[in-house]
Amino acid sequence: MNPRLRRITSLPLTWPLVTLACILLFDFLFTPGFFHLEVKDGHLFGSLVDIVKNAAPVMIIATGMTLVIATGGIDISVGAVVAIAGAIAGVLVARYHAPLLPVLVLPLIVATLCGAFNALLITGFGIQPIIATLILMVMGRGLGQLIIGGRVLWFRMVSFEYLGTGYLLGLPVRIFVAAALLALLTLALRTTPLGLFIQATGGSAKASRYSGLSVGLVKFVVYTFSGLCAGVAGLVLTANIHGSDAALVGMYIELDAILAVVIGGTSMNGGKFNLLGSLVGALIIQSLTTTIFTKGVPVQFTLVVKAAVVVIVILLQSGEFRRQLGALVPGRATR
Amino acid sequence: MPEAPILVIRRLSKGFPGVRALAGVDFFLRRGEIHALMGENGAGKSTLIKVLTGVYPRDGGEILFEGRPFAAGSPHKAQEQGISTVYQEVNLVPNLSVAENLLLGRQPTRAGLIDGREMKRRAEAILKRLNLHVDVNQLLGDYSIAVQQMVAIGRALEFESKILILDEPTSSLDAGEVEQLFKVMRKLKAEGHAILFVTHFVDQVYAVSDRITVLRNGELVGEFETSRLPKVELISKLLGKALHDLESVATAKGEAASERAGEPVLRVQGLGKAGVLERFDLEIHAGEVLGLAGLLGSGRTELANLIFGIEKPDHGEVEVQGEKVRLNSPLRALQSGIGLCPEDRKSEGIIEDLSLRENIVLALQVKQGWFRNIPRARQEEIAERYIKLLDIRTPTAAQAIKNLSGGNQQKAIVARWLATQPTLLILDEPTRGIDVGAKAEIQKLILSLSDRGMAVLFISSELDEVLRCADRIAVLRDKAMVGKLSADQMDEQIIMRTIAQTDQVGAEPR
Repeated sequence: MNPRLRRITSLPLTWPLVTLACILLFDFLFTPGFFHLEVKDGHLFGSLVDIVKNAAPVMIIATGMTLVIATGGIDISVGAVVAIAGAIAGVLVARYHAPLLPVLVLPLIVATLCGAFNALLITGFGIQPIIATLILMVMGRGLGQLIIGGRVLWFRMVSFEYLGTGYLLGLPVRIFVAAALLALLTLALRTTPLGLFIQATGGSAKASRYSGLSVGLVKFVVYTFSGLCAGVAGLVLTANIHGSDAALVGMYIELDAILAVVIGGTSMNGGKFNLLGSLVGALIIQSLTTTIFTKGVPVQFTLVVKAAVVVIVILLQSGEFRRQLGALVPGRATR
Repeated sequence: MPEAPILVIRRLSKGFPGVRALAGVDFFLRRGEIHALMGENGAGKSTLIKVLTGVYPRDGGEILFEGRPFAAGSPHKAQEQGISTVYQEVNLVPNLSVAENLLLGRQPTRAGLIDGREMKRRAEAILKRLNLHVDVNQLLGDYSIAVQQMVAIGRALEFESKILILDEPTSSLDAGEVEQLFKVMRKLKAEGHAILFVTHFVDQVYAVSDRITVLRNGELVGEFETSRLPKVELISKLLGKALHDLESVATAKGEAASERAGEPVLRVQGLGKAGVLERFDLEIHAGEVLGLAGLLGSGRTELANLIFGIEKPDHGEVEVQGEKVRLNSPLRALQSGIGLCPEDRKSEGIIEDLSLRENIVLALQVKQGWFRNIPRARQEEIAERYIKLLDIRTPTAAQAIKNLSGGNQQKAIVARWLATQPTLLILDEPTRGIDVGAKAEIQKLILSLSDRGMAVLFISSELDEVLRCADRIAVLRDKAMVGKLSADQMDEQIIMRTIAQTDQVGAEPR
């Protein structure tokens, strides 16, 4: 393999992008009209826009999840936090007819507190992250249902619904929400040592401690931020259907978010992370889902196909696997 | 010697890539003796045991067990053939009962089912031999480490072991438990068992063993009868130093400034933690290198960790530059101007996946806090400066630190602390496991740092090195500071005698 090619294949973002390109190429060849875009009422429509639109909530959650996983942890409570945030927003709108600001801010505060609760269990009591966040995962949906009173709570509030269904500059608003969150985080990573501290914590918590770093504080920040991200996603999803459905909203979204992070090239062992990779990962998952739907594949196959693609992407990212694969090609064994 | 040794090891050798762990070592073990195997880090004690019990294959040499050539294949097979090992971390199952642990894999059965009553009876019989009276139906994990170790020994007896290897069994036991263990060891000895006792506690060796074999750097130093080997000679053999008459050395040294004027950088009074290190006093002045000497396990690292706040002390006061501080976390220590290059470079020092640059700036960034970010360009500047200053061999500062050699990794950790401009730098075994060239460079660096006014606390298990670099030396032994030597008393003979405590010359009692 020539050196330049090898350098490119070892870049962290390469394989996620190649995978995404392959899926889109497949659609280009076999799904007529997949790339068709049209402007209706000043809004952009088409499968590509749908993919980005539907991927936005996972992208938002994957942003926080990336940081959590980079510290060597995991947060499986995000789906439940989505439900809690959505339930609070719904109650505020439907029961209290609250103005927009509290409808947006209060759920986010509670979601952030949920993240802080996880962080407390993990750093204060030393509970393993998967167990600590499992507690809220189990409890959260119940809490959400208690808040809305058991059944789906429907409401109408044009200004709030805009967050889920509206368009800005011809594009879905939620894309801007995800982008704003990413921009905010990028700014924080550039102007504070947060990134270095997260990677040090995930790389070796012990050595970080010997360097004076309070590992507990770093973890507190990431789990709290993950809660906030889940809250934002909860608002988007709730506004989208103009209803709070605590039992179903954001179901399994934690799995998609974790998958997106892993496909994006961040190791579950912690350490170096790849924020853009996670976003591409979310796009891969969504374009796969959309492709399967548009090809008319029965729903029950969706998950199987998804799993197969995920396995391939993860194998491609493994340097060891690529080396073994290279050795299979006669005369091109790379050493 | 009327009887041939039960175990004969001749010219045993074992190498690992880049290391010769055992180089033609002889070892003899006789029935009815307790034989201590001693040596400092890297001496080859654990390699010897692991080769003997089949964890590693040997490269050369022979092992005769009861006169026949012996090759275990695995620790389990070694146990079946009569050589049992009890490790420091007991390798039994804590959530099974004591009886189940004792008889695991050979439970008595009746009609195809485990016979609980018979099992209890047999388990109690085994423990009775050890004078241990515990409820055998309780979970093993409910008992102390001492009891668990006894159970492990009991299991070895159940296998009718002829040789019992105890690998640092006393490290986590208190004085009473150690005595209980020794009683059992003496009883087994009287019954004709051969016991191989690995430890680094000198006093315990004298309390219980009949013979001592000393290894150093993978080579045999010698086999000695315990009663005929004075403590101080044992220590000289462990450290690899010849022992001379005291008279010939006490004369030489000239006058040296033993007491420095002015406020010390660090003053420690009565600092200590139960079970970790007895209370000690310490003063280090600017521009001074204080060496810490002592054998493996004497409490050197513990002392460093107490000062640096890794271990939270339960007694004592610390003053940094005349100001009282509570160093209860590494962050506090860092903010007070103290740095620590930890002993275990791999797990406590480097962060493998991060770049050299990130590893170097980490402590400085922590010191600056969350809101004073060091910009990328400045980080690169700092990294480049220390790469040049310490001559760290690397293609670029962006290289992941795991790709550097041990010596260069060590320099990077030193750089991490120098970047914080500490007033006191603690170096815990900074030259372990690095090549000779890098070793010399680090020693030179220590001297040049102290020339520029930094106080250095230098820990090393190599006496030469401590003597070469230190202005004063504090000596530790069995988790207590047993002496402080000023410049005119600094001599390897005196250090060894201080460790052995056979001669109080030069050692001011605490």
